[in-house]
Amino acid sequence: MRMRTLELGVGTFMLAGLVALGVLIVNISGLNPAGSKQSYTLYALFENAGGLTQRSMVSMSGVAIGEVVSITIDEQLLKARVEMKISKDVDYLSYDTSAAILTAGLLGEKYIGVTVGADTEMLADGDTIIDTQSSLVLEELIGKFLFNKVNE
Amino acid sequence: MINMIAALGRSALASVMEMGRSGIFLYHSLVALPAPRTNFPLLIRQLYSVGVQSMMIIIVSGLFIGMVISLQGYTILVDYGSEQAVGQMVALSLVRELSPVVTALLFAGRAGSALTAEIGLMKATEQLAGMEMIGVDPLRRIVAPRFWAGFISLPLLSMIFSVVGVWGGMLVGVEWLGIYEGSFWANMQASVDFGEDVLNGIIKAIVFGFVVTWIAVFQGYDCTPTSEGISKATTRTVVYSSLAVLGLDFLLTALMFGDL
Repeated sequence: MRMRTLELGVGTFMLAGLVALGVLIVNISGLNPAGSKQSYTLYALFENAGGLTQRSMVSMSGVAIGEVVSITIDEQLLKARVEMKISKDVDYLSYDTSAAILTAGLLGEKYIGVTVGADTEMLADGDTIIDTQSSLVLEELIGKFLFNKVNE
Repeated sequence: MINMIAALGRSALASVMEMGRSGIFLYHSLVALPAPRTNFPLLIRQLYSVGVQSMMIIIVSGLFIGMVISLQGYTILVDYGSEQAVGQMVALSLVRELSPVVTALLFAGRAGSALTAEIGLMKATEQLAGMEMIGVDPLRRIVAPRFWAGFISLPLLSMIFSVVGVWGGMLVGVEWLGIYEGSFWANMQASVDFGEDVLNGIIKAIVFGFVVTWIAVFQGYDCTPTSEGISKATTRTVVYSSLAVLGLDFLLTALMFGDL
């Protein structure tokens, strides 16, 4: 009898630990099942990809459809070349899709927002999005504002 | 003067010898592990007294620590209008640092000191010597199950601590202070990475479990078999394991997150 309550207690403890691990994985780290799901690769060329990091979200209308894999410099065009992994079910990105680097909230993370165009041809694995809008650099913005003030 | 130098040398030699003894002790108690048939019930018993009975203190302190981080974070972040980041702050600080460290400290106080006192008393009442006389290896019978129980329990306790802490943070942040629940979770999930944060936290807990139980069990086994010796050994357990946990935590953090 004594041994049974012991075993029950230890079993509950182990179970609680495993459940905690499960919660840590699914709820807290939000381990994205899209990462292991089928995906295809798209590239985007940005003038400035400041603030964007690996695993940044790629979203369409606020819904996550993929994530950033790597950010490198394109040596011919001298622009930032962002490699993105897009979920396979999202196969309706038209050829004139545009991508912009946006910020979640005032101090939030940078993410890529994708807006679909009207073209009938769709982007396929390995294609590059050309119509892009760079991340907002506060210093540039202030600089422009001051410059305009001087001109007035 | 000569006496002072001699005393210095003696204490240095004594501490090196203690380290050596603890290393040999560790080796023997790890090698002594097999014979699962007899050892498994012993392990269960120890898991109960080391792990299950520590759960309550872990859950309660996890809850309060999560709540307090949430409250503190909110009062600071609300000035910048980014109180949604509370979720991220609570989860990251818990998963990376607080849950392994605080769990290990509580564990050293709650379970480690009990282990030391128990083994020390067994030594003082010559139970260990008696076991050796009848041909039972006390390392295998007494020490190994306790060692493994601590080693297994601490990571589990630390994970429970994280989850309860996040829940407590959510309780204060979302239910009480009125942060929007969706952005609380979304911010958390966007910033907490499984491999980088959760796994490293678990690795820390595993290392701490190893070190704390090793210190506790060794101090009990190595104590002077008097009532004063046991009380000293118990104190040493708590002091040494707290220092070891805090020092190792810095080292591990530097290795994991410091880009060395």
